[in-house]
Amino acid sequence: MISDKLQKLGRSTIDNVAGFGRSGLMLFGALVGKPDFRKGFPLFIKQLYVIGVLSLLIIVVSGLFIGMVLALQGYTVLVKFGAEGMLGPLVALSLLRELGPVVTALLFAGRAGSALTAEIGLMKATEQLSGMEMMAVDPLRRIIAPRFWAGVVSMPLLALVFNAVGILGGHLIGVDWLGVDAGSYWSTMQANVDLYQDVLNGVIKSFVFAVIVIWIALHKGYDAIPTSEGISRATTQTVVTASLTVLGFDFILTALMFGG
Amino acid sequence: MTTRKIEILVGTFIVLAVAAFLMLALKVANAGVSGSGESYVLYAKFENIGGLKVRSPIKVGGVVVGRVASIDLDTVYYTPVVKMEINEQYSNFPETSSVAILTSGLLGEQYLGLQPGFIDETVEILADGDSIQDTRSAIVLEELIGQFLFNRGN
Repeated sequence: MISDKLQKLGRSTIDNVAGFGRSGLMLFGALVGKPDFRKGFPLFIKQLYVIGVLSLLIIVVSGLFIGMVLALQGYTVLVKFGAEGMLGPLVALSLLRELGPVVTALLFAGRAGSALTAEIGLMKATEQLSGMEMMAVDPLRRIIAPRFWAGVVSMPLLALVFNAVGILGGHLIGVDWLGVDAGSYWSTMQANVDLYQDVLNGVIKSFVFAVIVIWIALHKGYDAIPTSEGISRATTQTVVTASLTVLGFDFILTALMFGG
Repeated sequence: MTTRKIEILVGTFIVLAVAAFLMLALKVANAGVSGSGESYVLYAKFENIGGLKVRSPIKVGGVVVGRVASIDLDTVYYTPVVKMEINEQYSNFPETSSVAILTSGLLGEQYLGLQPGFIDETVEILADGDSIQDTRSAIVLEELIGQFLFNRGN
């Protein structure tokens, strides 16, 4: 009885560690080596379109609404203290430090991560990856690498767009609807937001989240069991694992950046 | 979808992201506007600076004319010394000017209120790097309550 349980625990541990190892090997094989820009760059641009440009709409819409909701919620609390002039820093700091990087990463995991997993998993199931190897084309360099770089480049950019749109959304609600003074919205924001402490730390955060999300998505696809059930499970796992890892790392990064 | 169209859309995406970054850097964080070196520096010693912080505004009659550049402790007398960076265009404060640490509203942030003094033949204009002698420290609420209780006791 106990030995059964121990065996189960041992097997799941070995499986997890082996998964880590395979994902590391996959990334190593895809990224380390002499880059071929002539061949790689068009693939990278294509993936930048699929991963970045096509995610723009959901990022802009959710950024706008999150900024608007922040302004609405913040206003109802701040107005009790007569401090509605501090609405600008409230909206800007919560977006730049937390919501921008985190919500972008979660949306990105749902929008682009799941698509990548399904795409690569189906390539594996239909033996396109094996076919490439037969033709002496390294699938890691041709399929994985451009997607990885496109994700790492596009997510910080998407987070910046999210922040900017969110702050404008906060302006829309706070200033145009609720009647906060436009001058105090911007000037208190400028007095309280620091370029390095707030804006660049947010960019660093979203860069880390980009690596996490895209790595998990690519690995789950590449490692999927090549059946319809396996692909569906891999896609679900991508969204769940990536979201939870992003939230966990967010706590660690926040503690390192702002907790000290 | 042709390659050209994809490349145009990717280019638009990059431009949009750069525009967002510039907006965040210039309009939200206000970088590069105050650090341009076109400033007039004055020093002031206080007994107690209360909650004054670096980058707190300096106001003359409510108008922001500069920001606190740094706050250090004098190593001889152990009193705080505040370095004020004032916009170049307001560089004619006489030595009779006074500066006080004030609070905007009951719960608001603290700022430096600069009060220009009178000018006659014997009064000189403060040069870049001079100190303002007439300063008033921040009001610390606990001290105020302590004084009030002490006076009531009498």
